[in-house]
Amino acid sequence: MIEAQGLTKRYGGKTAVSDLTFDVRPGIVTGFLGPNGAGKSTTMRMIVGLDTPSAGTVTVNGKPYAEHRAPLREVGALLEARSIHTGRSARNHLLALAATTGIPVRRVDEVLELVGLAEVAGKRVRGFSLGMGQRLGIASALLGDPHTLVLDEPVNGLDPEGILWIRTLLRSLAAEGRTVFVSSHLMSEMALTAEQVIIIGKGRLLADVDVSEVITGSSRNVVKVRTPKAAELRELLARPAVTIASSAADRLEVTGLSSDEIGTAALEHGIPVFELTPVLASLEEAFMELTRDSVEFGITAPAMESVESAGGQR
Amino acid sequence: MTAVQEMSDSGPAYTRASTGSGEVTQWRTIRAEWVKFRTLWSSVLVMVIAVLGMIGVGLVASYFINADWGHLRARQIARFNPVVTSLDGYNMAQLAIGTLGVLLVTGEYSTGLIRATMAAVPARLPVLWAKLTVYTGITFVLMMVSSFVAFLGGQVLLGSHSTTLDAPGVLRVVVATGVYLTLVGMLGVAFGALIRNTAGGIAALFGVLLVLPAIMEVLPSTWQDVIAKYLPSNAGQAALSVTLDPAMLAPWVGMAVFAVYVVIGMVAAAVLLKRRDV
Ligand SMILES: Nc1ncnc2c1ncn2[C@@H]1O[C@H](COP(=O)(O)OP(=O)(O)OP(=O)(O)O)[C@@H](O)[C@H]1O
Ligand SMILES: [Mg+2]
Repeated sequence: MIEAQGLTKRYGGKTAVSDLTFDVRPGIVTGFLGPNGAGKSTTMRMIVGLDTPSAGTVTVNGKPYAEHRAPLREVGALLEARSIHTGRSARNHLLALAATTGIPVRRVDEVLELVGLAEVAGKRVRGFSLGMGQRLGIASALLGDPHTLVLDEPVNGLDPEGILWIRTLLRSLAAEGRTVFVSSHLMSEMALTAEQVIIIGKGRLLADVDVSEVITGSSRNVVKVRTPKAAELRELLARPAVTIASSAADRLEVTGLSSDEIGTAALEHGIPVFELTPVLASLEEAFMELTRDSVEFGITAPAMESVESAGGQR
Repeated sequence: MTAVQEMSDSGPAYTRASTGSGEVTQWRTIRAEWVKFRTLWSSVLVMVIAVLGMIGVGLVASYFINADWGHLRARQIARFNPVVTSLDGYNMAQLAIGTLGVLLVTGEYSTGLIRATMAAVPARLPVLWAKLTVYTGITFVLMMVSSFVAFLGGQVLLGSHSTTLDAPGVLRVVVATGVYLTLVGMLGVAFGALIRNTAGGIAALFGVLLVLPAIMEVLPSTWQDVIAKYLPSNAGQAALSVTLDPAMLAPWVGMAVFAVYVVIGMVAAAVLLKRRDV
């Protein structure tokens, strides 16, 4: 369980994280989403005590991270930038970390095996690919077999097989009852991995929701209808909160009504319906909708405006 | 694999790999720093350079002085001291030891390892003490031994111009050389932790040890007389000459003054390490 209360971090005049309050519950994978510069990495650094909050608190299992006597048993962290001296071998890197907390050598070999680095364990990290470095970072996080995992963009640099592997790993760790907190800006990835998502933008909390709710709540959900009496049905469904588009004479794309509502209305008025397909927005679209106004480094026009206004505040 | 069933504070029970108590202690942190030191090829290499420099330079100097004795100018002979000649390598050793002390800390910042280190030891200070303990232990043993080897080997090569450990002040100089080099290494660790950047740390360290005394020379001599002897390297090196220079502090007093500078550097590094973000 991770609990953040009014968590705030300022670097000089710049507020990186602003008054974040959220809980990360055990037993599920919680995604941490936000555009570049939103403050995800900063929040994660504060969770493991590397950065001190300017205001607010964050605790892990009821205590600030630094107060745990066996921190690596409590939280395993993979932080955004690699945290490995490239002049050491993978195994020696883990041995040094393990020595700090008296973790036996056996466990080092176990995690190397688990992340698939056993064969290159004796090689210097300097020669590792991005994905191999990432796997070593994950091995470090798993070393103490922690209750809580905090992973900053763990799929970065992994190949499709690696991504699938980590998705399965995270879900099984969560299923065991552990707390799993994973940041990403790949919404599609989070849709597959996470059950809950915490979404931030410009350091502020935008949403803390169930993944399935984000999607069902999106205004981009559309119901595709095929009917010979398209014009009649259109008239019937028309009302302020509903938009109806049409791509062909016998087709309608309805936003703002569920397929149940449309089907019932059509039946009541004797309109034959040949096709009635709800098309859910992807988490990606739903996410864009939520964060549209808070993209710090975006390329779209509204995003550029917000960059300018952010700059103007300094 | 043995596994323990354990109840987590926050969730259902699950099987956990046996990883011991996982408690962080000062002793474990020291062991971790020892693992880090010996598994980094570059730190071992620099240490070898320090030892070879400390011994080799003095041996070469001693050999040539003895071989060329007949051709030396009177001024050179007047300045000659068998102890100083055999311990000439301390300058090179000081460069290597100081640089490695800085690198031990800044290498972690430049590679990002510091985040893993400090996440594992969130109290932070045990890491500084551990690095200091490991590095001080290693430099003290190696430099003390090297100093004796350089002296004894140098005396053999100096032939009839040699001296012995029983001669007045000689043992003091040999021992003080090992102590001085150890303190330089500790100061390097402090500067590394204060500045957190390799180039900056090395520049600051040798700025203080080598450049500061040189700058002093341009000051009026009345100022020099008061200040110069208290500069860190001048104070520490007061014990490195057999004949006592009245302009310098008494040998072990000077070394104590140098040690005070090291302690001040360490305290500053510790305070900032606690206060700054990693
Ligand atoms: N040490 C620091 N000093 C100054 N500013 C910082 C520091 N760390 C982060 N920031 C600023 O804080 C903001 C949030 O950065 P952070 O790295 O937390 O974002 P992020 O959500 O992880 O982004 P990304 O998706 O690109 O990884 C950024 O504007 C960044 O420039
Ligand atoms: Mg980030």
